[in-house]
Amino acid sequence: MIDTVTNIILLTMLVLTALAIVRMERLFAVVMLSGVFSLLSALLFVTLDAVDVAFTEAAVGAGISTVLLLGTIALTKPVERRARHTAFIPFIVVLVTGAALVYGTLDMPAFGDPNAPAQIHVGPEYLARTPDDIDVPNVVTAILGSYRGYDTLGETAVVFTAGIGVLLLLSGLRRRREDEEEDQA
Amino acid sequence: MIFHHLILRVVTKILVGTIILFALYVQFHGDFSPGGGFQAGVIMAVAFIIYGIVFGLTAVKKVFPEWVVHKTLAFGVLIYAGTGIATMFLGYDFLDYDAFSPAHPTVGQHWGLLVIEFGVGVTVTGVMVAIYYAFAGRPPSISDEDW
Amino acid sequence: MSKLLDLQFLAGHAHYLLFIVLMMTGLFIVVDKTNLVKKIVGLNIFQVSVFMFYVSIGKVTGGTAPIFPMDDKYHVDKEALVGIAYSNPLPHVLILTAIVVGIATTSLGLALIVRIRESFNTIDEEDILHIEQEMTRDDNRKYGNAMGGLA
Repeated sequence: MIDTVTNIILLTMLVLTALAIVRMERLFAVVMLSGVFSLLSALLFVTLDAVDVAFTEAAVGAGISTVLLLGTIALTKPVERRARHTAFIPFIVVLVTGAALVYGTLDMPAFGDPNAPAQIHVGPEYLARTPDDIDVPNVVTAILGSYRGYDTLGETAVVFTAGIGVLLLLSGLRRRREDEEEDQA
Repeated sequence: MIFHHLILRVVTKILVGTIILFALYVQFHGDFSPGGGFQAGVIMAVAFIIYGIVFGLTAVKKVFPEWVVHKTLAFGVLIYAGTGIATMFLGYDFLDYDAFSPAHPTVGQHWGLLVIEFGVGVTVTGVMVAIYYAFAGRPPSISDEDW
Repeated sequence: MSKLLDLQFLAGHAHYLLFIVLMMTGLFIVVDKTNLVKKIVGLNIFQVSVFMFYVSIGKVTGGTAPIFPMDDKYHVDKEALVGIAYSNPLPHVLILTAIVVGIATTSLGLALIVRIRESFNTIDEEDILHIEQEMTRDDNRKYGNAMGGLA
């Protein structure tokens, strides 16, 4: 019961923060509020038992992401110009999408149901086998590194690729001069 | 200029070491408590970023030069993939860490997890610091008052 | 749809409804706002709500975080395990990596925004569209005849 109340309060605060982000026009305030949003969502992850995810979200969302957004604002413009179009059509689009998603959740098992399909197939298998197979207390690390090692290798490669992409776009690593002269010739 | 943001400078000097220590704890204690390569990499990068914000980009580039960062972010993926290749050479499947200690598979798993988490941490640190350098290295288009 | 009026059902699904409200707030920012930095913030909100939704599927009532108790030799204490309910760790793993990949791709988007600002001197979608139309019109006026009037 206390869990549900905490979750609902946190979610209400998240919704309020998100609405404030919609209203704000000064991008500095938007970025700060998005940091607040990340921290609140990290709290929610803790109540959802996902401590590793909460840790990551707090470090990434509130830390790095805020720095990068501020860096971008410093390189662009600090104030948003008010849109020329009306918000009517976007509002209808969002309303229809939301209604479709709500319709989708009607068939879902209740929140925290121990007999939900997600709880009875793969998850318990990992929990049951980790003590014998890997003998690591943190099951998340065990799945991340061992059972799903390929997956994590791919994710690392994606992070690496994104980093290379940013370097190519921003860091001024240009082609060597000979190449450019060849191109012109 | 030296006394500019004096408190920030002093606090940052104390904090940076602590942050790096915490990152190392998260990195190598990830098997036992929440944490692992991804979080540790981000926290490690934060230590360099906060140093760069307070003391300037040239100061942090003396500590962690740009070419080292560029090598670092590739090196982590290499460690991870190299672990997989190593297990293959030992006659096991790709990324099957039992290979490191066939008599005690859980010991091998521990070693494997430690190594690949280290690879992940190195890559994430490199990428985050490289991205910060790329953004901070460009001349800003708005002045301090415009914020 | 009549299920939505049932209080018992609503208590079990209130989380999902609020996740969807958050998700739609993010979508609204992406669709409605023309400033590109704000669009990225909207995408982040959308992304985090999807993460919360995904992790909430793994939650078990009365469960705890999936970290096993240890004995004094740092092995998993198998006797202490019995009778403790754990939340499903699989969604945590998937979302953990997704967050870090998310920040990497976000920074790629921000880098693109910086380059757009340097080319167009604006980060407003409507202005960029306007400038591009202007450029196309100029090109057509200049080279239209060379293309046989088809451009």
